[in-house]
Amino acid sequence: MNIDHIILSLIVFVPLAGALVLTLLPDRGKTMQWAALAVTLLTFVLTLHLPFHYSYASHPGGFQFERNVPWIAAPAIHYHLGVDGLSMWLMVLTGLLAPLGVLISWRAIDQRKKLFYVLFLLQQVAMMGIFVSLDMFLYYAFWEMSLVPMTVLIATFGRSEKRRRAAIKYFLYAFIPSGLLLAAMLWLYAQTGTFDLPKLAALATQHAISPNAGALWIASLGFLLAFAVKVPVFPLHGWLVDAISEAPTAAVMVLAGKTALYSMLRFSFAIFPEQSHRVAPLMIALAAIGIVYGGLLALVQNDLKKLAAYSTLGQLSFIMLGIFTFTIAGLDGGIYQILNESLAGAAFFMLLGLLYERYGTYDMRQYGGLAQRLPWVATVFVLVTLSIIGLPILNSFVGEFLILSGSMQSPFAHHHLLTALAATGVILSAAYMLRMIQRVFYCELGPKPQAVAGWNLDAREHIALWPVVALFLAMGLCPSLWMRAIDSYGASMADHFAAIHATPPADPAALQTTSPQTTTGGARR
Amino acid sequence: MNPMPASTIWFIPLLPFAGFLINGTLGRRLPRAVVSTVALLFTAAPAALVAWLWTTMCTSGAPNTIESVIRPYGYGWIAITGFHADFAFTVDHLTLIMLGVVTGVGFLIHIYSVGYMAHEEGYWRFFAYLNLFMFFMSVLVLAANFLLLFVGWEGVGLCSYLLIGFYFKKASAANAGKKAFIVNRIGDFGFLLAMFLLVVHFGSLDFSQVFTDIAQNPQWQQQGAHFLPTICLLLILGAAGKSAQIPLYIWLPDAMEGPTPVSALIHAATMVTAGIYMVARCHVLFNSSPLALSVVAIIGAATAIFAASIGMVQHDIKRVLAYSTISQLGYMFMACGVGAYAAGIFHLLTHSFFKALLFLAAGSVIHALSGEQDMRKMGGLRTRTPITFWCMSAGVFAIAGIPPFAGFFSKDEILYRTFASNNPLHIVLWLIGLATAGMTSFYMFRLWFKTFFGEPRVDPHATAHHSIHESPWFMLLPLVVLAFLSVTGGWVGIPAALGGNNGMERFLDPVFTNGTAAEAVAATTGHALELVLTLVSVLVAVAGFYIAYVFYYEKPGTADALAERNSRAYAVVKNKYWVDEFYNAFLITPLLMFTRGILEIVVERGVVNGSGQAAGAATRGLAWIERKQISGNIRSYAGWLAIGAAAVIAVMLFGQSMWGHL
Repeated sequence: MNIDHIILSLIVFVPLAGALVLTLLPDRGKTMQWAALAVTLLTFVLTLHLPFHYSYASHPGGFQFERNVPWIAAPAIHYHLGVDGLSMWLMVLTGLLAPLGVLISWRAIDQRKKLFYVLFLLQQVAMMGIFVSLDMFLYYAFWEMSLVPMTVLIATFGRSEKRRRAAIKYFLYAFIPSGLLLAAMLWLYAQTGTFDLPKLAALATQHAISPNAGALWIASLGFLLAFAVKVPVFPLHGWLVDAISEAPTAAVMVLAGKTALYSMLRFSFAIFPEQSHRVAPLMIALAAIGIVYGGLLALVQNDLKKLAAYSTLGQLSFIMLGIFTFTIAGLDGGIYQILNESLAGAAFFMLLGLLYERYGTYDMRQYGGLAQRLPWVATVFVLVTLSIIGLPILNSFVGEFLILSGSMQSPFAHHHLLTALAATGVILSAAYMLRMIQRVFYCELGPKPQAVAGWNLDAREHIALWPVVALFLAMGLCPSLWMRAIDSYGASMADHFAAIHATPPADPAALQTTSPQTTTGGARR
Repeated sequence: MNPMPASTIWFIPLLPFAGFLINGTLGRRLPRAVVSTVALLFTAAPAALVAWLWTTMCTSGAPNTIESVIRPYGYGWIAITGFHADFAFTVDHLTLIMLGVVTGVGFLIHIYSVGYMAHEEGYWRFFAYLNLFMFFMSVLVLAANFLLLFVGWEGVGLCSYLLIGFYFKKASAANAGKKAFIVNRIGDFGFLLAMFLLVVHFGSLDFSQVFTDIAQNPQWQQQGAHFLPTICLLLILGAAGKSAQIPLYIWLPDAMEGPTPVSALIHAATMVTAGIYMVARCHVLFNSSPLALSVVAIIGAATAIFAASIGMVQHDIKRVLAYSTISQLGYMFMACGVGAYAAGIFHLLTHSFFKALLFLAAGSVIHALSGEQDMRKMGGLRTRTPITFWCMSAGVFAIAGIPPFAGFFSKDEILYRTFASNNPLHIVLWLIGLATAGMTSFYMFRLWFKTFFGEPRVDPHATAHHSIHESPWFMLLPLVVLAFLSVTGGWVGIPAALGGNNGMERFLDPVFTNGTAAEAVAATTGHALELVLTLVSVLVAVAGFYIAYVFYYEKPGTADALAERNSRAYAVVKNKYWVDEFYNAFLITPLLMFTRGILEIVVERGVVNGSGQAAGAATRGLAWIERKQISGNIRSYAGWLAIGAAAVIAVMLFGQSMWGHL
């Protein structure tokens, strides 16, 4: 039997089946933890099938492990799944983070465990679904589905009384722009009669989606806005800090970034190449500002979670910068950096979570001198810090280097200045991370460590953290292992954009707006 | 001699890395003797390898460069469509000198550390970091492309951070480490931007590729292509960070919070010279931009005299040496800036000997006094610690430029080359260099007299339980070796004017291929000028010695009286020109205030979160209007329906053309 045809369905629905099993199991002792661990580990093993059977030699940019069967005849909705170089490693990453999330919640979540782990698995289903769906309608179902478990997780398991507010804020921020996404999607269907992404992308290449350039613009902005809020892009990050401050560690690990960045690459870029290209100067500027803004605000926080939230904003802005340069280096680096940011961010939040478990606070001023008490925590913390600040031979350096060298090559206006602005991020990240290390781990013992004993890493925490640290090194030393697949996507995407610019559209009205003089000025309208 | 496979050079960095892994993971549980044995073995082996490399590469007919590339899984390190960077090492004569310094002096300092750190806790951690440093430093000098050089560049910065903050319980040490890293990051920012521009304009970061391209396209320079000077200036920013030049020198004096062997290894002999190495490595690039070269020379000269002036009034023995290091690095910068790369590397070599010696000897003094670093509480140690005294004397005479010690030849070469390069600017730089030489001689002999001569001023309470003692042999042996090198190290480059053969310059000729310049300069000016200049600089050094002798030996108190009389000028220098305070008041504080006041309150709370709340309020407002509409009145519904339909029709009629112009 060839598993290749059903592997994607398995990856999506094994966690769903697992969630059903969990609802039936009794919530006693550590049953929930072990069951969730088993399900997530199984899913992870299934995702590992992909890189081992991925055909690197086949047509670059094509989908593999594809499954395309009609689901509903009218409107034409297909059950269409597939992965390519863009989504493959994101799936493996999502697969890896889930068991780590279970391990790190082992002790931290001790009330309503069944609810927690069921929601956690549903979140996993939604994310996997987002990464594999090639039918817009199917995709939208998973996209909306991803909002609900997260909102409930924040509202129920948040750490303070502000959790409900944070949950509502998160939901509204994500849900309202999703309405625009839905409207734009339906408009696309009305124009083309298909929800199928590869077909839509092919139409877009021929400038054949709609003769109405204005409507196309509005639809593209609907897509972009829905994704940009969810990334989040500066200045649409109003939900981020509250949600990160409140959400439990396992939820924060998958909260921001990858699904929305992926969606932007997969849908916005493929269906609206022209418009994405035109809006790029604006997005690059916002990204460069976001990097500096996130870095500066992280520098003045005393709350560790808020610091991490602004750090996340800065890191995500780096990725935005890379993908919107439309250069091979920028796209490759941006996608690679999605993996790096997720891993480093996950490890960072796990460490913050285990400090909170021990000392019950995220206030930096309560800490101090922990390196004497918890040497292993300090060691891993420093390693994670080095990854976040982009030390060469660790993973993030490769991503940041490619992103910034891509942005230096980009054809858009002011790219030299914006690259320089963005590159100050490497100074700021070092400043805020080392400030935190110093406050928490160095100098004399602070009030909390004096009052509470604390304990060094236990076996479970070692198991959760060291694989991530090992990956930092592996991904820094041999990025080619990952980059082969990513580059096949990045290179074909960059070629694609170049080709679209080379062939003028048929419609005279659209032609007028794509003349070279206005290429960079379009976004300012 | 059997030829060595080129891949052997990979063991030079990888062996210390293995040492780091062993001590870093198991060291906590191992006995100290095992930890130090591991650390020493894994640094002695690369030193032996480098010695072997010397012998093979210096035989006549041997290739001038050895190259080796590692491709894991058949791919490069970073390989994407259109860009490629490898794990590639190359060894030429410049790298040989650097490797000799790094592994040789590094190994000596490892030996010294076994004695110096014997009573410290975290012994294993110290040696693990030290080995890690050796790994990164070797990578830095072996790298065959900018990206791999940057690996070493950042890596040594990391080790510097970890080792400065070795006593992390002390807030001052933790702060100093952080400051060093962040200031270095400012330099790295420049380095990174330079790399991005190199990728844009050359499509590659390989040294050979970039330099060949520049050599083959002389029209760039003639047409005034702006990217070459830009790249050079950005690289200078990087070098200024790593090599502690104006305006980024501020981290180095604070770095003295680290253990003394660290100061000797990282902050004197090796890491801080990385900037000079990088400029010399990129000489093709810098030669293409006269502007950049002038900037290098001016920064170097300015830093040299500026740091020397501060060094004259410091009381902490290690801080004197720190400012002296900054000042000497300025010399090397100046040499590179006037195009005398070989002279700069020559001084780098001799400096690594005598400055490592001075730091280690200072460490021995501090060790003898149980941690005292203030020279006002020293004195008369000549008889108590005789071996340390004699070794330190060699170092002091070497740095002061007294012939025939090592520093004399290299410093004199720089001054002569600066003067002889037929450029009015360079005459000014030469004068500055000469003045600096005098000041250097003065503050070093000041240190010498205050520490070893005169009445003992040791605080009796501080050392009551511990008599002043000579250091153990583990510490003295490296001192003796380095003292020997500080005396004789300069003899490898005796100029022709003094009966030598410019050995250093000839050795580096294959690297800085336009080595014909040396003969050309000598031919135009003749040996007479060189001899006169040499005489002048020796006289200046002796003058420095004499003033120090009068101030601190013959009539102690003269200096204090002088300071009293010029109290205002003295205060300026004493407070290090308030540069740190200036940066704090005009850069850091405003930035933080802007962040807290404008960004956090106005933008974050006002705009980012406020817009969300405003949207919420607007929704409530709309809902209120909506409630008004839902009145239950059929006629009102009909009216709304008509308005809505009209709107839809209007959009259908005019929308097309309207959106067409959007």
